[in-house]
Amino acid sequence: MSHHIKVLLAKPGLDGHDQGAKVVARAMMDAGFEVIYTGLRQTPEAVAHMALEEDVDVISLSSLAGSHIPFCTKLKPLLEANGLTDKLWVIGGNLPAQDHQALRELGFKGIFPTGSKLDDIVGYIRANVKVA
Amino acid sequence: MNDKSQAEVKPVLNESGIEVKPLYTAEDVEKSGGYKLVGLPGEYPFTRGIHRLMYRKQPWTMRQYAGFGNPHETNQRFKYLIANGQTGLNVAFDLPTQIGLDSDDPLAEGEVGRVGMSIDTLRDFEVAFEGIDLNKITVSLTINGAAAILIAMYLAMAEKRGYDIKQLRGTAQNDILKEFIGRGTWIFPVEPSVRLVGDTIEYCAEHAPKYSPVSVCGYHIRESGATPAQEMAYAFSIAKAYADEVLRRGLSIDEFAGRLSYNFNIFGNIFEQVCKFRAGRSLWAKIMKEEYHAEKPGSMWLRMIAGGGGGGLTFEQPEMNIVRGAYYALISALSGAQTMALCSYDEAYTIPTEYSARISLRTMQILADEMGMTETVDPLAGSFYVETMTNQLRDKMVEIMADTDAQGGIVKLVSEGIVQAKVSAQAYQMQRDIESGKFPKVGVNRHRNDQQEDHPVEFHPYNEQDTQRQIANLTQVRAERDAGAVTSALAKVAAAAKLGANVMPAIVEAVKAYASVGEITREMVKVFGRYKEPIRF
Repeated sequence: MSHHIKVLLAKPGLDGHDQGAKVVARAMMDAGFEVIYTGLRQTPEAVAHMALEEDVDVISLSSLAGSHIPFCTKLKPLLEANGLTDKLWVIGGNLPAQDHQALRELGFKGIFPTGSKLDDIVGYIRANVKVA
Repeated sequence: MNDKSQAEVKPVLNESGIEVKPLYTAEDVEKSGGYKLVGLPGEYPFTRGIHRLMYRKQPWTMRQYAGFGNPHETNQRFKYLIANGQTGLNVAFDLPTQIGLDSDDPLAEGEVGRVGMSIDTLRDFEVAFEGIDLNKITVSLTINGAAAILIAMYLAMAEKRGYDIKQLRGTAQNDILKEFIGRGTWIFPVEPSVRLVGDTIEYCAEHAPKYSPVSVCGYHIRESGATPAQEMAYAFSIAKAYADEVLRRGLSIDEFAGRLSYNFNIFGNIFEQVCKFRAGRSLWAKIMKEEYHAEKPGSMWLRMIAGGGGGGLTFEQPEMNIVRGAYYALISALSGAQTMALCSYDEAYTIPTEYSARISLRTMQILADEMGMTETVDPLAGSFYVETMTNQLRDKMVEIMADTDAQGGIVKLVSEGIVQAKVSAQAYQMQRDIESGKFPKVGVNRHRNDQQEDHPVEFHPYNEQDTQRQIANLTQVRAERDAGAVTSALAKVAAAAKLGANVMPAIVEAVKAYASVGEITREMVKVFGRYKEPIRF
């Protein structure tokens, strides 16, 4: 790997299901990424703030309790306002297929619903991230 | 012959790390400790069941997890399930309720009524249980961080409807230590959280002695990545932490241990699960009798809901989860559970529809009514395999509990995030093993349906208007209630919290004055602070 990849992995909203997020965090660490895992209950403001402060290359969310659309709707303008549009935005979790188009329109290019493979997530990030 | 047949095959370990042999004989039972703890059902050490006649006298309670939207909608689903033969209710609350936020809190936006029913005040409980006979249908509240408040609301609602609280049965999950390990609906730091569990047990022992204020959950620890043996061992360590908290207040073990209950998971190897429960029953009885000097048999009983199985269900080919659910129900019945619930086949996607919830209910009913499962107690007893594995799993649980104590005890390990890191490392390894095909999963790493579309799942709709209605109701309650009574009761909550007194009497007064979940929580946060999650990998 030629570049160091730094990832913010956030748990948005009130959802407490963190088994998947922690599994994905470990997969990313095993792949050599630097992972900032936020822990539970992050607000859109907190996610945008951390993404900026930590100067990450990837902003990723893990959402299992169904509030991904309202959350991402609030997050998008905050990421834009902080000049984070060139970062790779990725989301995983319980994401019904009917919501994927809306998530793409909200800037989340990488969408990994339940059942996605760890190597696919890691491979996608490696192939699509823009490292400064 | 035994050892010879074993040499011909590759060794197999179950998830708990115990070798599974191709053949068991009487010799294996002897080597593992013999039959001395088998005993009889209804007798110490209760390996075979906590009651003498078990399902012959009364089949397991069927209690599907349900709740969504506002209290009115949930009331309709409750009535539907009861009309279809469900014998208990297991209430799902939305996330704002679970972590002590009112529906109009900015942090609750987009989450009100989404994964469960929204509760702000006693008024909502009155609507949710309208028309349901609380003596006939026992109600289990899946609430943890905000449990003290919701237990108070349930008791207040029942009392208002004329029930004798001394006779009222029901359960609250109220197991906060496991929320720090998995599930995540904590509010306060670890220490005051455990104190609150103690407050509810102490309060119920005096005022609602038939109510089960805690259901200790191995379930979610297993979902977070624990093995079956760890699931039981961690749950027992947690239950001991609560018992110790209550004993410090001067109650005797027999005054409250009989109302402690458990919630366990059932996915995985059939025999490992059944033996896990048989082993766990005798281990818990021994702990209560020998370590805690309990005298009443009821104090030694491992009363449990064994169900769910969410961690075993798959997103792929969801209708196959119906088949898995039937096996899980079989496990639960073979294990002697008091109560059973099954995750519905579509639960990896969404809140179950009436149809899928009914399939789960019918699965349990078919097992009870058609399959002879209620006729004979502990039918697997005496099997060389089952008795050997029961002994070996019991030893394993003892080992894990001793290890937990040697590291400083469960409260310390949870506070520092050590249990969390351990089970999450295991969850990662399991995910790797599933993806590599080492751990077989039908529809996932074998027998996939890549050529065909999966069975469509109907998504539960989320209605933004319900949120507005819920907020309007809350606003109306706030306008109509006696503001002075609310202020005075909330001050008492804060004072009790600060003084280290039992907060339950003040909370009961507050909910009766229609103080909201968010208002009462805020008073306690002022004193206790909020939990800060340790991030450890």
